[in-house]
Amino acid sequence: MAEAKEEKQRRSIGELVATIEALIFVSDEPLSVRMMVKILNEDKETIGAALDQLSKEYEDRESGLQLREIGGGWQLSTRPEFHEDVRSLLKTRPSAKLSLAALETLAVIAYKQPVTVPEILEIRGVQSASSIKTLLDKRLIVAKGRKDTVGKPMQYGTSKDFMIQFGLKDLSELPNIEDFEDFVQ
Amino acid sequence: MEDKDEQIVFDFENAKAKIYRESRDEINLTLGEFAGPLDLLLYLIRREQANIFDIPVATITAEYLRYIKLMEKLDIAVAGEFLVMAATLIEIKSRMLLPQEPGKEGEEEAEDPRQELVDRLLEHQKYKNAAEMLWSRATVEQAVFTRAPIESDDHNLEVSATIFDLFEKFQIIMERRKEEIQLDIQREEMTLAEMITSMRARLKKAKKLNLLELFRTLKTKQELVLAFIATLEIVRTESVRLVQETTFGDILLVSDAK
Repeated sequence: MAEAKEEKQRRSIGELVATIEALIFVSDEPLSVRMMVKILNEDKETIGAALDQLSKEYEDRESGLQLREIGGGWQLSTRPEFHEDVRSLLKTRPSAKLSLAALETLAVIAYKQPVTVPEILEIRGVQSASSIKTLLDKRLIVAKGRKDTVGKPMQYGTSKDFMIQFGLKDLSELPNIEDFEDFVQ
Repeated sequence: MEDKDEQIVFDFENAKAKIYRESRDEINLTLGEFAGPLDLLLYLIRREQANIFDIPVATITAEYLRYIKLMEKLDIAVAGEFLVMAATLIEIKSRMLLPQEPGKEGEEEAEDPRQELVDRLLEHQKYKNAAEMLWSRATVEQAVFTRAPIESDDHNLEVSATIFDLFEKFQIIMERRKEEIQLDIQREEMTLAEMITSMRARLKKAKKLNLLELFRTLKTKQELVLAFIATLEIVRTESVRLVQETTFGDILLVSDAK
């Protein structure tokens, strides 16, 4: 046991960066720092420094890949500028986007969570049942328990998938809702 | 002529909800789900080039009602929310016509009857803008690709069939069953234990059972329900796994027993 630990401590920063790169590469979900700490037996700060170095390496050599913090973890992905070629290899087309109704509902949920259906109706002025169903089906939102009020309505919030699909590190990365207050005359 | 083909589109990418004018008297309305009464109001206010903080209620109300009539004429089912908004507008309009009570003056600045509506419109507008922001974020993200999942303990195909997938399959079968015309022949009733025994026997022989095919051979609703419960029971109690080899593919029952 002691021997194993000793061996871990002997890992140089370069090796650590390389190991982290390997871990992130095989991980199909954004890999959390917590998980890296657990697996590599290094402290958070060391991991953080290694991540910074790794992401700088990708940037410096103008790689086709990028290392990003997203959905509470780190992920390797292609750079957006190569999407056309990547798409022709994968033979995929941009998938169907959400309807505007669904996007609007999602915006309300993202900013107001946890939020109930009547509260969404209040803001949007329209019933949102079908949008909510779409968002649940796409796993962009999740039920977050019931509100302790008349009728005990279900509350909704955004999911981890939401952060990943919209390229967010965490919810605090959403721009402040007050910044959207511009009524163009 | 300026008005010809005037087109105000609510959304920002594809014309899902729009109001456009073909000639002076003909106005066409296309409303998607997202265009609610608030959207219509915002549109009208913009079109009248009115200040949102000083809405000319009389004009806007008249226009709003005209649009609702038009919607009815075009046979668009006017949703209740539109009517509620119409009532609200009329109420605000009448409140504004009333002179202020002299006694109340000075006590506090009498609240503008429009205030609540303005707040709602501004709030609504904010979320519309936020939706636009999400839309552009999603667009950028769609150009970013990650590696396909590697098969590992967490991500093997065998555990990818959840109880919901199973339930969905069961529903497909039930649907199909409905379509088929069945002769109702009285059969001996089967118990769950018998069903489990029978499925176990088949599984032992075949090692692999396609659930869809298995269910297809069953005749009555009761048998189907029994088979479904039996499947869950067998998976729970024995070394049998549910395998879905491709996404949305058929679910197989695979025996691990040597």
